[in-house]
Amino acid sequence: MRRPRSRIAAIALKEFWHILHDPRSLTIIFLLPVIQLIMFGYALNLEIQKVELAIIDLDRTPASRELIQHFEGSPFFEVMAFRAPISQIETLFLRRKARAVLIIPADYSRQRQQGTTVDLQLIIDASDPNAAINISNYCQQIVEAVPTTRLAPPPAPFEVKSTIWFNPDMKSAYFFVPGLLALLLVMISALLTSVAITREKETGTLEQLLVSPVTPVEIILGKVIPYVLLAFLDGVGILLIGVFVFQVPFTGSAVLLAFLTLLYIITALSLGLMISTVTSTQQVAMMAAQSATLLPTLFLSGFIFPLRSLPWILQLISYIVPARYYLVIVRGIMLKGNTLPQLITPALFLMGLSTVLLIIAGKRFKTTLEA
Amino acid sequence: MMASGENTLPIIEIQQLKKRFGTITALDGIDLHIYPGEIFGLIGPDGAGKTTLIRILCTLLLPDAGRVQLLQHDVVHDVQSIRRFLGYMPQRFSLYPDLTVEQNLNFFADLFQVPPSIRQQRIQQLYHFSRLEPFKNRPTRALSGGMKQKLALSCAMIHTPKILILDEPTTGVDPLSRQEFWHILHQIREGGTTVLVSTPYMEEADQCDRVGLMYRGKLIVVDTPQRVRQRFPYPLYRVWGQDTYALREFFQNLETVHSVHLFGDALHVAFTQPPVPSDWKHWQLTSHQQIIRWQPIEASVEDVFLEMMEAHS
Repeated sequence: MRRPRSRIAAIALKEFWHILHDPRSLTIIFLLPVIQLIMFGYALNLEIQKVELAIIDLDRTPASRELIQHFEGSPFFEVMAFRAPISQIETLFLRRKARAVLIIPADYSRQRQQGTTVDLQLIIDASDPNAAINISNYCQQIVEAVPTTRLAPPPAPFEVKSTIWFNPDMKSAYFFVPGLLALLLVMISALLTSVAITREKETGTLEQLLVSPVTPVEIILGKVIPYVLLAFLDGVGILLIGVFVFQVPFTGSAVLLAFLTLLYIITALSLGLMISTVTSTQQVAMMAAQSATLLPTLFLSGFIFPLRSLPWILQLISYIVPARYYLVIVRGIMLKGNTLPQLITPALFLMGLSTVLLIIAGKRFKTTLEA
Repeated sequence: MMASGENTLPIIEIQQLKKRFGTITALDGIDLHIYPGEIFGLIGPDGAGKTTLIRILCTLLLPDAGRVQLLQHDVVHDVQSIRRFLGYMPQRFSLYPDLTVEQNLNFFADLFQVPPSIRQQRIQQLYHFSRLEPFKNRPTRALSGGMKQKLALSCAMIHTPKILILDEPTTGVDPLSRQEFWHILHQIREGGTTVLVSTPYMEEADQCDRVGLMYRGKLIVVDTPQRVRQRFPYPLYRVWGQDTYALREFFQNLETVHSVHLFGDALHVAFTQPPVPSDWKHWQLTSHQQIIRWQPIEASVEDVFLEMMEAHS
């Protein structure tokens, strides 16, 4: 005799139908990753290009023109000559005509011939401080590349040469693909599971569901399985796009990444479950899940800002942000080719975090309607 | 057709059940025995405590005091075993609106682990009662109110429960569907399932084998509808008039009148002493020919309940 479908499978199947029937969750699952990839991949580009640079050439000699040509040849700058009096510089910035102004002094060529140090003045609009630092660095590089120029003071007895490993070209795809993976997985897992359970509370279907032999573990597993699968698929999709479209290298083991990604998804789902046990409406669950995932993952995980530059209280909070550990894992496996022994600490932290969250969720999951 | 009588063991046993929500006493010492094979009607106005009582029976709420057993299983300690043999239809429609009729039925069949070998037969049987088969591929949200209730009932019956508990299944359903629904409940009872059903409609009392009137957290009377009717101590008349409301006021001011209630297009007037024909002639005059017709009647369950509720107020 055939056995009936297990209760876990029945709930999981039902949940799949809900997802298929609900355009909202479909959008979140399939459109969100695409939109985010486009946003991060093309719009939020941290590599600086085509900075409007106004050059005031007070020297007007072949030597100063040679310097200008070096700037014109660089993809970082879009050079325009500026002939107005120096006092007008401020209006240039205010009207956003230029983000930096380079002033070549009148005695530029004479001083170069004499071999003395020439002072070039660079004025930068620092309303975007990160960009200002980059502009300053690029300028320095270009000026240093001008042959026979000795702009720098006599060389120090030693020289610092930095070599950047794992992302030598400082490509932002290397930075946002792992970050996006961490962000989307936690959002889909936590947001959708918490909403899926509170929806049953809100519409009253949980009341009917509870008066059946189904156990809390069966409800939770049945609810969670579809989202584990979907989140995993999303993750694979993001990785494929990252590797093949944005050319992010993949040096480590895909199996190890898959295994640890599953661990991360489970942690995020546990968070969603815990949220669902403390909220009673979908609206509140959605808000709670979003505040617990979106901003912490963006800012408290090391995704955008280095954790060490945060105030100590935020650093402390970052210990309970799952993405903090997952980012170490993804970056480690993809860019550095880390193996499990090297990633055991973040993996253990994720395990501990999910265990704690699951225990809280399990304890709080009620099989009655008692308040 | 009658209740199985007090010599059989009760299938539901409630003793001194109490439940409070904060400062509100929802159930104030309920004692009730329900016997196998009967349809028991729990009748009472909104806020009487019907839903609280039903939720405690369904293991959804915990009693503060007292003992509640279903088939000798305690609602506090044997939750899982009770949830196996119980069918429950909550007051609020609680099936999945985006799933089809058949998907909902199959989902609950899976939850209760109805073996595939008998499942099709069971679903056919339920389609036979509910006549929902032509709509089996329709999403539940597209069903009419009456059809939704029949589907909810079918889902609650999918595992052939020993006890079926329904919380106001006919509230907000059109009269024709209500009648059909009660017909199905009788068929379910014939199939051997004990039915406990709550309703705010007192006229539905006659559909039950026994009824209990709930009022302010107490069961103020439990009996067969017939014996409930016999409890009415006053001579009762049904009176039709030109302006029913004006006429009600007229009777309320008479000294020999015990109570006046509006019943549809007429009044039910209970007297403390039987009126004689000359009384009616006199009232015709003093009410300015307001009275069209009058007729002595037997009290309905509703008359008794209204009377008892007033006595308890």
